[in-house]
Amino acid sequence: MTQPVSPPRDSSTDKVPQARPPAWRGLPARADVRTLSLLGVLAALILIGGITKPDEFLDSRNLQLVLTQASVIGVVTVGMTFVIISGGIDLSVGAIVALASVWATTVATQEYGFAGILFTAVIVGVGCGLVNGVLIAYGAMVPFIATLAMLASARGLALQITDGKTQIVTVPSVLDLGERDAYVLGVPPLVMVFAVVTVIGWLVLNRTTFGRRTVAVGGNPEAARLAGIDVRRQRLYLYLLSGLCCGIAAFLLIVLAGSGQNTNGNLYELDAIAAAIIGGTLLTGGRGTIVGSVLGVLIFTTITNIFALNNLQSDVQQIAKGAIIVAAVLVQRRTASTT
Amino acid sequence: MPEITSRRGLLFGAAAVSAGALLTGCTSNEPSDSGDEPAGKDQPVADDKPGKQVTIGFAGPQADHGWLNAINDNAKSRAEKYSDVTLEITEGSNDTAQQIGQIETLINKKVDVLVVLPADGKALTQVGLKAMRAGIPVVNLDRIFNTPQAYRCWIGGDNYGMGLNAGHYIGEKLKGKSGARVIELAGLDNLELTKQRTQGFDDALKNYPNIKKVARQAAEFTVESGQAKMAQLLQAQSKFDALWNHDDDQGVGALRAIEQAGRDDFLMVGGAGALSAFQAIKQDDGVLKATVLYPPTMAASAIDLARALGQSKGIGGLAEFEIPSSLTLYSAVVDKTNVDQYMSTGFK
Repeated sequence: MTQPVSPPRDSSTDKVPQARPPAWRGLPARADVRTLSLLGVLAALILIGGITKPDEFLDSRNLQLVLTQASVIGVVTVGMTFVIISGGIDLSVGAIVALASVWATTVATQEYGFAGILFTAVIVGVGCGLVNGVLIAYGAMVPFIATLAMLASARGLALQITDGKTQIVTVPSVLDLGERDAYVLGVPPLVMVFAVVTVIGWLVLNRTTFGRRTVAVGGNPEAARLAGIDVRRQRLYLYLLSGLCCGIAAFLLIVLAGSGQNTNGNLYELDAIAAAIIGGTLLTGGRGTIVGSVLGVLIFTTITNIFALNNLQSDVQQIAKGAIIVAAVLVQRRTASTT
Repeated sequence: MPEITSRRGLLFGAAAVSAGALLTGCTSNEPSDSGDEPAGKDQPVADDKPGKQVTIGFAGPQADHGWLNAINDNAKSRAEKYSDVTLEITEGSNDTAQQIGQIETLINKKVDVLVVLPADGKALTQVGLKAMRAGIPVVNLDRIFNTPQAYRCWIGGDNYGMGLNAGHYIGEKLKGKSGARVIELAGLDNLELTKQRTQGFDDALKNYPNIKKVARQAAEFTVESGQAKMAQLLQAQSKFDALWNHDDDQGVGALRAIEQAGRDDFLMVGGAGALSAFQAIKQDDGVLKATVLYPPTMAASAIDLARALGQSKGIGGLAEFEIPSSLTLYSAVVDKTNVDQYMSTGFK
């Protein structure tokens, strides 16, 4: 369960006390209705999957598959959630994932083995985030434009590095991480990374001053500034954080796909924004939860999984996906307003 | 190839050339093999003798993936082979307006012949027409213009044939196996070529009543999407006998998913002809047993055609005085038996 992060002004409409007292001492006593309704949507999807394809869907291998497929975009979405809560947007996440994944898989980088690939992916992500952050926080650029520019440049640079070629990873230790043998107690390493990033993201947002500042900056930047928050530095850190998440995601993608390609991370920005919004993050900033965003990602991945298992074709998939987004948001809004 | 002197004999001879040799050199007396470029193998280039100087303008899309990259390489290295050819190559662009501008610049420069691989065939029809009206013959490469008026000669791949040949290959491999199950990992579904490939595949499978296509999912020609969709397909189909994957680039991801799932109980056929696929076929230690070509050597042939047009010559190996108005390439199946022949054409 999560503790909602809201500025005081709209907290009364967003939160309701949980019906029964908390089962565990120390965990948050209140649950966001939005989060509960998301769980309902996810449960409904699981029901649909279980009815239509009981053997294939309700299978531990399928659970591993869904969580693995969710982990790359999931890590990106955690970073995106912070940025959106602060009232910003990061359109460059997909391009940064692409750039980091190709930079980390060049022949030269691969010579440095596992550590070289991991380090490069993370550093490239952080570097791009730094540029975004400086442009937005100190260059006073609108986040939409600054990150759009980064989207274009990073994609271009990724293309220049690969020359359009697929860079196949040959470092065994990296490849092994994506194999079944690397699963610990049935949990794929990629999923573990996703889980760790989610937990850290939740802690940072809900249990640190950094998290509270993020919400404050998104809720009312002027009030935040008057309250003594260094708004610009906070913004810089947030885009750095998003870049860091992209770097980690790029490494996960390298492990998953065993390669780097300049087409990687295609439209991640839209997927991550959609997951965050479905998860209850306000596009105007000031409110949002990590748990909601992660549930949003899981909902999308589960939909894709159910569609594929039922062999639905792309046209039907896209129509249904659009309808489900609308339905999920409507259900959420209704639950939030009636309780 | 034996030299055959009569015209009918020539025609017959050309038909007898092995798969892939459908691509013929332009002014040659000898059919050239599609498999000889760009790696600069030793096959003689069609009529190496320098003729009239020809300036060829080449405009293609941005080479953002392996196949398109190979298209550019093939065109460049083929042009370099001819001392009488000057190649004016534009910076590739996926932006229709930009590509139109680039082609107009080439028209204004008064190049002798244009080779155009449009980012979007329909959208570039007008500029093709403009070039033709200005007296510049256009060789339309692969993505076809709206009207035959916009090009002198079209040369391109056969998407329907790709599916057909993949289907026949799989059909023959599974012959005699009753209740055989086949799945298809298609490319980007909003492209017409994907529909054509699937249509060809389905039509071929109709010849084999023992085979049923049980699933089809579309990826996006990228490694990432190939891995994701293949992982889902493997989960959906616990048992099947053969898989056709439309594209070797996404095949890298598909193979990764197959490896991750620990599956090896089926045969896989790829598409396009990437180097990594050829290498896997040659090694023969995985599921990938064959791939059907969508040969990037077509760009080299387009240069040959453009040169012949510029020099007002016919095409070697055919009785015709004029270059054909359209050339559809054959999608040969490359498997272990002939992979060495095609290795040098594989793209990265």
